[in-house]
Amino acid sequence: MSTLDVMNPVEPFLRTDRMPHIWCPGCGIGTTVNCFARALIESKIDLQSLALVSGIGCTGRVAGYVKLDSFHTTHGRAIPFATGLKLANPKLNVVIYSGDGDLSAIGGNHLIHAARRNIDLKVICVNNLIYAMTGGQTAPTTPGHAITSTSPYGACEPAFNLPHLVEAAGAVYVARWTTFHVKQLARSIGEAFQKKGFSFIEIISPCPTLYQRRNRLGDGLDTMKYYKEKSKVKHGAPTGEVGLTMTGEIIVGKFVDRDRPDYQSLVHAQMVESLGERYVEPSENVCSCG
Amino acid sequence: MGSVLALPCGGLVVAKGRVSIVVERCKACGFCVEFCPTKVLALSSAFNAKGYHPPHVVAPEKCSGCDLCGMYCPDFAIYGQRLPAQKETAPAAPLPEVTRES
Amino acid sequence: MKADPRGVLSGTHFIDGDHACCEGALAAGARFAAGYPITPSTEVVERFASRIPVVGGTFIQMEDELAASITLQGAVWGGAKAFTVTSGPGFSLMMEHIGYAAMTETPCVFVDVQRGGPSTGLPTLPAQADMMQARWGSHGDYEIIALCPNSPQECFDLTVKAFNFSEEFRLPVMLMMDEVVGHMTEKVVIPDADQIEVFPRRHTHKSADEYLPYATNGDGVPEMAHAGEGYRFHVTGLTHDERGYPNMTPQTQDKLVRRLQSKIHDAADRITLLEEQQLEGADVIVVSYGITSRVAQRAIEMARERGLRVGKLRLITCWPFPEQRIRELAATAKAFVVPELNLGQMVREVERAAGGKAKTILVPHAGGSVHRPEDILKAIVEASR
Repeated sequence: MSTLDVMNPVEPFLRTDRMPHIWCPGCGIGTTVNCFARALIESKIDLQSLALVSGIGCTGRVAGYVKLDSFHTTHGRAIPFATGLKLANPKLNVVIYSGDGDLSAIGGNHLIHAARRNIDLKVICVNNLIYAMTGGQTAPTTPGHAITSTSPYGACEPAFNLPHLVEAAGAVYVARWTTFHVKQLARSIGEAFQKKGFSFIEIISPCPTLYQRRNRLGDGLDTMKYYKEKSKVKHGAPTGEVGLTMTGEIIVGKFVDRDRPDYQSLVHAQMVESLGERYVEPSENVCSCG
Repeated sequence: MGSVLALPCGGLVVAKGRVSIVVERCKACGFCVEFCPTKVLALSSAFNAKGYHPPHVVAPEKCSGCDLCGMYCPDFAIYGQRLPAQKETAPAAPLPEVTRES
Repeated sequence: MKADPRGVLSGTHFIDGDHACCEGALAAGARFAAGYPITPSTEVVERFASRIPVVGGTFIQMEDELAASITLQGAVWGGAKAFTVTSGPGFSLMMEHIGYAAMTETPCVFVDVQRGGPSTGLPTLPAQADMMQARWGSHGDYEIIALCPNSPQECFDLTVKAFNFSEEFRLPVMLMMDEVVGHMTEKVVIPDADQIEVFPRRHTHKSADEYLPYATNGDGVPEMAHAGEGYRFHVTGLTHDERGYPNMTPQTQDKLVRRLQSKIHDAADRITLLEEQQLEGADVIVVSYGITSRVAQRAIEMARERGLRVGKLRLITCWPFPEQRIRELAATAKAFVVPELNLGQMVREVERAAGGKAKTILVPHAGGSVHRPEDILKAIVEASR
């Protein structure tokens, strides 16, 4: 076998029998999957103990394309599903891969509680500022004045600043990159894997078919150039100052990297304190099989 | 990070690479063409089955195998790989150090 | 397979239905519960929260019922037997995820301790008005199994049965309690662990290369795997093929949804548990379930004292509905009397199955208390004419 016949590093992670995927030309989700795959390779994570959970939406379709134990759950509920998975089998590395609408609108309640509890989950949130799969409706992240199918005269709600939200709720690792920042993104994902607790990585990504097109912001490539031009790397920036506007600057970087005891450590400590020797570790919730 | 390495003897090695393109997956988004640091690629005038113009290599000697194209491609249609290192004889004058932001 | 003794509180107890239900879950092997407080069900998870850390497992109180109903499913795919408990308003919130469990064939148990509704209704008082919702509450064509205990003892026994059915048929099973059964305190005998049959998880023995998550074996029920074992399988709520991959065509839809239905229909005889009493030659048959069956029993005795030929058919399994049995009985009986703590739900099934061959008389009650035996007796007497 020639040393030249090296496979695309992402290939072993894909369900190649399901290619090509459904994402549009210029959509950034596939780019994020490349970064995810690189992070998995670099961090040498045991793929057998990795589980990926997603919700509904364009980004939610990632679960169906990766060759891992993957769960395509209901809209907004990837995080509680993942919580159950992690608590039943603490040895699992559980990643949630979902979109901004899924995670912060219908899933918002679960997002803040998982961050509060500091459950050991890694959330990859692809933020294309819109509900893409359903045809381009306003999302809680849609910047003011943007045209969407449900705000045809321009969005006027204040948008969520997701890093600020999850930091306030208690996340221990919060970063934002765009799909232009492929190397940094892969590195961030790798760092999140080393972190115990609730990690949240927001990735600003183009939705050329809906968000960009309706707002006359060009295509995917134009958007990537915009990300390159307008992004400013500010590690440790106060998350309250990283809100997004439609054409303004995009603050990216690693904003939060702190340590707090994760949920399972807290439960363990409490139970041991209260029950002493009577406490039975739940490490093996696995039921007997036939 | 750069695509040039400094040798202890003072010479420089330029990494060489090769690009592989899965033509049928390409949707001609243009990311690879734009973000290749050495402008190895351009969209071709050929069509794939879906009617897109996939990229082709226009400057193969400039490819360092950095695989940025592979990392950017949303359709998993292209990737770069480093070829085994080629030793170069000491150049007449040192090349300027090049650093690349990605 | 026998129960794991660590979860079995063998002995004779004086506890209420909620508490007995919790013990049933533990005896059945449940080691994970996700819950949210709602009267009159909360005691089930309160007891679980205090028992599970010394048995070995996890309880988590989630932020709402939407979360609880999906967290338990994540735990199932992580390897545990899991359940949740709720009442009417929470049951409504859980409907999407009951559908998800049915579609993904996730074995799990949902306990609904019914109370007066609709909406906030009567939080501390009984009703049986979620019966149709248990069957049809989520969207789409799917099957569930619903069991109705009428005593704290049955709250224990039928919870074990519910878990066993859920594992055998890979679907969500509803335990339809009511506030009276949940809060009444009676003798509950919990046998030794080796007297309790537990249905194990139908885990595949195939290798990762051969295993197809939704390929079926003879009985229409696929084998399961858990996350973290190297199978790298995909589970989705989208219409899917045997590989578990989304395949949204009418053909795949037809195949999948019919199989979800037939795996239960084909085994209905085994699933429909009934208590029958003096049905031979009965003029009137009282069809009841849950707490109402206790009142009906008194009414039936009163009717028999008057010389009336009254049979009793108690639905231990409400869904799938035992329509075959009703059809048979309709041929010989004059009438069915159906008392229920609602304004007419299971009676519709009785009437449908009777096909006009026997009269069907509802004894309704809007909820908030149980029937008086006299109300049921009156209907029996009239039906006998």
